[in-house]
Amino acid sequence: MSDANGNGVNPEKDLGASNLPGQRGEGGEEIRVQRGMFGANNGGDTTGYGGLVRSVRLPGPATRPYGGWFDEVADELEGALEEQGLVPDNAIEKTIVDRDELTFHIEREYLVRVAQTLRDDPALRFELCTGVSGVHYLSDKGRELHAVYHLRSITHNRLIRLEVSAPDADPHVPSLVSVYPTNDWHERETYDFFGLIFDGHPALTRIMMPDDWQGHPQRKDYPLGGIPIEYKGAQIPAPDQRRSYS
Amino acid sequence: MSTQTPSSGASAAAARETTEGTVYTVTGGDWDEIAQSAAKSDDERIIVNMGPQHPSTHGVLRLILEIDGETVTEARCGIGYLHTGIEKNLEFRTWTQGTTFVTRMDYLTPFFNETAYCLAVEKLLGIEDQIPDRASIIRVLLMELNRLSSHLVCIATGGMELGATTIMIYGFRDRELILDIYELITGLRMNHAYIRPGGLAQDLPPGAVDQIREFVKKMRKNLPEYDKLATGNPIFKARMQDVGYLDLAGCMALGATGPVLRSAGLPHDLRKAQPYCGYETYDFEIPTADTCDSYGRFLIRLEEMRQSLHIVEQCLDRLQPGPVMVADKKIAWPAQLALGPDGLGNSLDHIKKIMGTSMEALIHHFKLVTEGFRVPPGQTYAAVESPKGELGVHAVSDGGTRPYRVHFRDPSFTNLQAMAAMCEGGQVADVIVAVASIDPVMGGVDR
Repeated sequence: MSDANGNGVNPEKDLGASNLPGQRGEGGEEIRVQRGMFGANNGGDTTGYGGLVRSVRLPGPATRPYGGWFDEVADELEGALEEQGLVPDNAIEKTIVDRDELTFHIEREYLVRVAQTLRDDPALRFELCTGVSGVHYLSDKGRELHAVYHLRSITHNRLIRLEVSAPDADPHVPSLVSVYPTNDWHERETYDFFGLIFDGHPALTRIMMPDDWQGHPQRKDYPLGGIPIEYKGAQIPAPDQRRSYS
Repeated sequence: MSTQTPSSGASAAAARETTEGTVYTVTGGDWDEIAQSAAKSDDERIIVNMGPQHPSTHGVLRLILEIDGETVTEARCGIGYLHTGIEKNLEFRTWTQGTTFVTRMDYLTPFFNETAYCLAVEKLLGIEDQIPDRASIIRVLLMELNRLSSHLVCIATGGMELGATTIMIYGFRDRELILDIYELITGLRMNHAYIRPGGLAQDLPPGAVDQIREFVKKMRKNLPEYDKLATGNPIFKARMQDVGYLDLAGCMALGATGPVLRSAGLPHDLRKAQPYCGYETYDFEIPTADTCDSYGRFLIRLEEMRQSLHIVEQCLDRLQPGPVMVADKKIAWPAQLALGPDGLGNSLDHIKKIMGTSMEALIHHFKLVTEGFRVPPGQTYAAVESPKGELGVHAVSDGGTRPYRVHFRDPSFTNLQAMAAMCEGGQVADVIVAVASIDPVMGGVDR
């Protein structure tokens, strides 16, 4: 029987076959590798499907046309960046359309310029930033830490998402506080939980955890913690030690 | 009270020397001595640490005020005292179990937390269109009742902080009626976990519609009492008017939403702008004010309560019998819950079926309950208009049975940032009014 190191994988078998559960198109970032059919990741797999290996990918970049007002926003943004003497392809790494939502992946050095443009250009006018959310993609080597911003335009009644990535080895992203002052606390929170350093933030200190806390708790390599509990004579392990499926 | 000078060290306010200067620990009744001793020193500047356990700070909020006489020259918030790591915990439970966590975030608006989270999960699953009408109507019904109960607490505690204890008693009296309805429907007064990905945990129990109709009738009678007590009250107006001023530009820059934004005159409400749960089909108005102050926010909350009652009535008229969970058996919880004498649990009929007659149903139940369902990889953002403003959920799935990351953009957290802009330059006593007009709930701020 196969095990986690992939022994027993049938090389003849097309692992990318679309009839496998939850398979998505190529091109997106690999978020993890699923082994076996049922997702149990501890205990022996006696099902016969243990050799199944497939990569789970996030939705990949979209191609034009994006549909609806997405093209208009993308055109306006590219045009406005060109007017400032920037090459849009350098600033916008990729554009993703998924679940009726538009996401621009921005190179981090261009983030402030892009955000300023999105806020000030009359055709774009994303006045309201709903803050930043960090995500830690452990398997996305070289781009582990993502900062995700949702921008709302009340003028045009639209919502877009900006995503910036930084490697774990160099966790720096420029601060957007100068463009959206509301991001002050949000960036402190993301720094506190993910260790993302927002360059240019007026006072980047911890906001939720105590000032002398070690580590950044919402990173994926930070354990949840907890102690086993005895209930009716049985030991119930801590939540992150329990049998789990993925 | 001691009459000795504070420098003798025997005063009621304990003093100790630190590198920052003299630090006094103030308890009741010794404020005069602090003011005296501060007047003696050549430095007029005092830094006051208010909270984190102070009756006027809406939970464990610490206000750090630098004051010069009675004027606040600098105001800062210290938060994090109620951080419970809910977002991290969600990553170790199934998607369905998530609702039991998120309902505890902003504990005064549990149904908004649950709905926002469930809308995000449903969007990730791509089943927004399959949610039964009845489930959406009950969600709207509960959210609007919740808007009422949240605004009632805001007005009640806000009044209490001004010394108006009558309005506090009135507010909690009416909130109690709503909590009784919650208890009847979900079995609990708070922390319901009633709204689930795909629909609801169970249908409305018999008698719920009648009790809500009774409540609407009673509330229509009670709401004008707040007007009579407070709206025209000169003391109330004098304390609230022009206090906690934040204009539209300030709101946009600081990301303030909800009553704070609408008090600056912008009728922005996600129920109208980006409708969810069928809000576009309901008839209601978005109240605004152009005063940018605490009094305007108070009036907006009062009017929103009237509008909420109107929506609740529309919900009751629309309720048709039908399912309250999606038809997809790979997502829907295997059975509706039932309210037994010992609380909410699996219905006896369902247990009979899985234990006695259908082994397949037992396997299905076991797999769905222990493993949960898989959600296709990707991310989404779902937002609802909570009583405090835009409550957004950024949910990321890695294709597994548990969330990869869920982030709550809580309106209290964002709006509380505006405290400094509202209070600096004002009086110390007005800080309380300004903070109360933001209506922060620390469970939501700290999560």
